[in-house]
Amino acid sequence: MTAARERRDPLARKKLRHVPSGLRSRAMHALSARAAQGLFALQACTECGTATYPPRDACPLCWGELAWTEQPSGAKVLCETTIRVSTDLYFREHMPWRMGKVLLDAGPVALVHLHAALHPDDRADVRMMIDRGGNAALFAVPAGDTDLMSDPQWREFIVPIEGRIVLVSDARNAIGRAMVKELQARGAELIVAGLPGPALASDATDAVLTLDRVQAIALDVTDATSVAEAASRIGGPLDIVVNTARHVRAGGVSANPGFVEQRRAFEVSAMGLSRLASTFAPMLAGRPNGAFVDVLSSAALVGDAAQAGFAAAEAARHSLLQSLRHEMRGAGVRVMSVFTGPVDDADHQALPPPKVAPARIAASVAEALLNGREQTCVGDVAQDAMERWLADPALLAREKNL
Amino acid sequence: MSRAQAPYTGVAVCAPITVPYQRFSAEPAHWWAGRALRLLHENTGLRPADIDGFCFSSFSCGPDTAVGMTQHLGLTPRWLDHIPTGGASGVMALRRAARAVQCGDAELVVCLAADTNQIDSFRHSLAGFSRFSQDAVYPYGFGGPNATFALITDAYMREYGVTREDFGKLCVAQRANAGSNPLALQRKPLSLDAYMAARPIADPVHLFDCVMPCAGAEAFIVTTPERAEELGLKMAQILATIERHNAFPEDPVQLRGGWAMDIEGFWQTARITPAEVDTLQVYDDYPVIVAMQIEDLGFCNKGKVGEFIRANEFTIDGDLPLNTNGGQLSAGQAGAAGGFQNVTEGLRQILHAPLGDQVPDASIAAISGFGLVNYDRGVCTAAALLEALP
Repeated sequence: MTAARERRDPLARKKLRHVPSGLRSRAMHALSARAAQGLFALQACTECGTATYPPRDACPLCWGELAWTEQPSGAKVLCETTIRVSTDLYFREHMPWRMGKVLLDAGPVALVHLHAALHPDDRADVRMMIDRGGNAALFAVPAGDTDLMSDPQWREFIVPIEGRIVLVSDARNAIGRAMVKELQARGAELIVAGLPGPALASDATDAVLTLDRVQAIALDVTDATSVAEAASRIGGPLDIVVNTARHVRAGGVSANPGFVEQRRAFEVSAMGLSRLASTFAPMLAGRPNGAFVDVLSSAALVGDAAQAGFAAAEAARHSLLQSLRHEMRGAGVRVMSVFTGPVDDADHQALPPPKVAPARIAASVAEALLNGREQTCVGDVAQDAMERWLADPALLAREKNL
Repeated sequence: MSRAQAPYTGVAVCAPITVPYQRFSAEPAHWWAGRALRLLHENTGLRPADIDGFCFSSFSCGPDTAVGMTQHLGLTPRWLDHIPTGGASGVMALRRAARAVQCGDAELVVCLAADTNQIDSFRHSLAGFSRFSQDAVYPYGFGGPNATFALITDAYMREYGVTREDFGKLCVAQRANAGSNPLALQRKPLSLDAYMAARPIADPVHLFDCVMPCAGAEAFIVTTPERAEELGLKMAQILATIERHNAFPEDPVQLRGGWAMDIEGFWQTARITPAEVDTLQVYDDYPVIVAMQIEDLGFCNKGKVGEFIRANEFTIDGDLPLNTNGGQLSAGQAGAAGGFQNVTEGLRQILHAPLGDQVPDASIAAISGFGLVNYDRGVCTAAALLEALP
């Protein structure tokens, strides 16, 4: 694989990647937290109902308390400009930059990133995005179906798949196999399929591993040497890592603890993520539009007595992921969480539906990349768990452990 | 406004001071403030003990405020104010100091604005300018005020049919006025062709629509006519003033400023009409704001400023001599001092002590300030009418 790919001069000056300024108020961080979930939410007054923007700490009409509420995302463009000069290092690399002002259907006006096709008096749909610095940003796009990918500004807010080089950390399990197929269908230039454990005779004829633009590679996330060797075999640029590794087993804490399984779950979910991150983060940071996508269980949100070790390991993974997101922000690498409930795979043979098809998880990862979505919940179980956790985490913890 | 504004009886404005601007300065704002006081001393003989009121405005004096300035500059005032309103700070300092003097809280107030401009300090001061800016303006291309006023200019041109040529006429006239001002940073004549051909900065704002940030200081005195006479200073009286903040918050785009809310009472109080004004000194961060002030101050009807610009001349020898020192567009924008130069230049013209050419027979100056782009518009507006006292 390495022979065919371009080698770099190790002494060549590296291109620095800048990100937009991250200085924000606490209220703005609250908006970003909602944008990360894919919500178009603004503050509305609990007294008079008026929606307000930019985020405030009191209603400007009646001084009532403000609460975050989902709002309509339609808008009318009021005025536009094309910025050609900026003192900011990130935007200087992306000049000229189009922005404008819109009147939101929700009521307030807002400054927005403006799609190339939009002009004053046009109707627009405003998307609540996350910018390269990790903060909420409003992006006005034409109402209706439009080819957004042709706008270079839009591509700053998402992670393209076509033409990119992607590592799938575990292509042996059902999620990983579906992921390889999805990425291949979406036009990735090269999909590196990590295979834990010994190579199988059937690998040479496997329908997924023998797909065009797919390269199998030995990769065991529980083994630092294996991870390092995989990185060295990949050698050249790497744009996206999709971490599909997991070790799903039932078992309790005091009763039927299964220490070997518990340790393995932590080695895969938590330490495995750290090993991948420490090895591949520098490669991602050197790329425009780098991303680390982690597929994790909604069991990460609260303890689960039925699969105590797995839930604890996934919780550790969730925690590490938040820290990794912080670390990668300065390099403009997006760290995305895709939560799933029980999967329709060998790990969940004993469970009745609803279970999520691996192909659906793979499609959700692709959608998360293509929409720049920081957090996604796939399927009813994960969505339900996230809603209940956001509403009342203490109650969810109790209900999951009755 | 239900109550009539009390007249500014017993108040004199005098001693306009301008510390020559520099494009960049390694010296801090404190140094520039000190130079202004030293020039004031040289022009008036005043010493620290003579100053019992102090009003200060600056963006770059951090971590100090007017409080730190008193100790730094050896002042012991019994009346102190710090005004954070940038382009509106000159008129606001004037009207606050006037009431302090009129009511006897102070006898001689020095109003002073000083800002430095170090290499790269503009970028830093932008980044932390206001909460709404950091949250909801700069992340959108970081175009600074150029982008904010580009949006206002775009909307204004669409709404009222004002053209780039109209704005160009104002900029060209101001550059011509700067020609006689030895302190102006940009004095090279500007043609309308050169204005039109300038490179775009943030469409429709082009290079000569933008001010040049610089370091500088401006100051003036507000005191009693008796004290001004003792000091042998020429003086002016205040005919009327207005001030307004966050006017018309429901307007989606700023097509009018706070002046429009209070303008009727302004002229009534002064008992004059715009036609009697000899020179107009307005805040000119961008020509669209100059045009907006010409309308909102009542020099022409709203929406008619394009015709007004085409029908009048704004040079020192024109129908309405405008920003006769060249304004910030040509003299330079020294931070908060940029919000004071309208007062000092207006005062100089009616006291017949100009930096450059004199507006013939000038006795009444209209002065207007506009400041602080907190989010999508300038929040602070203020205006004053000054008349020379014999």
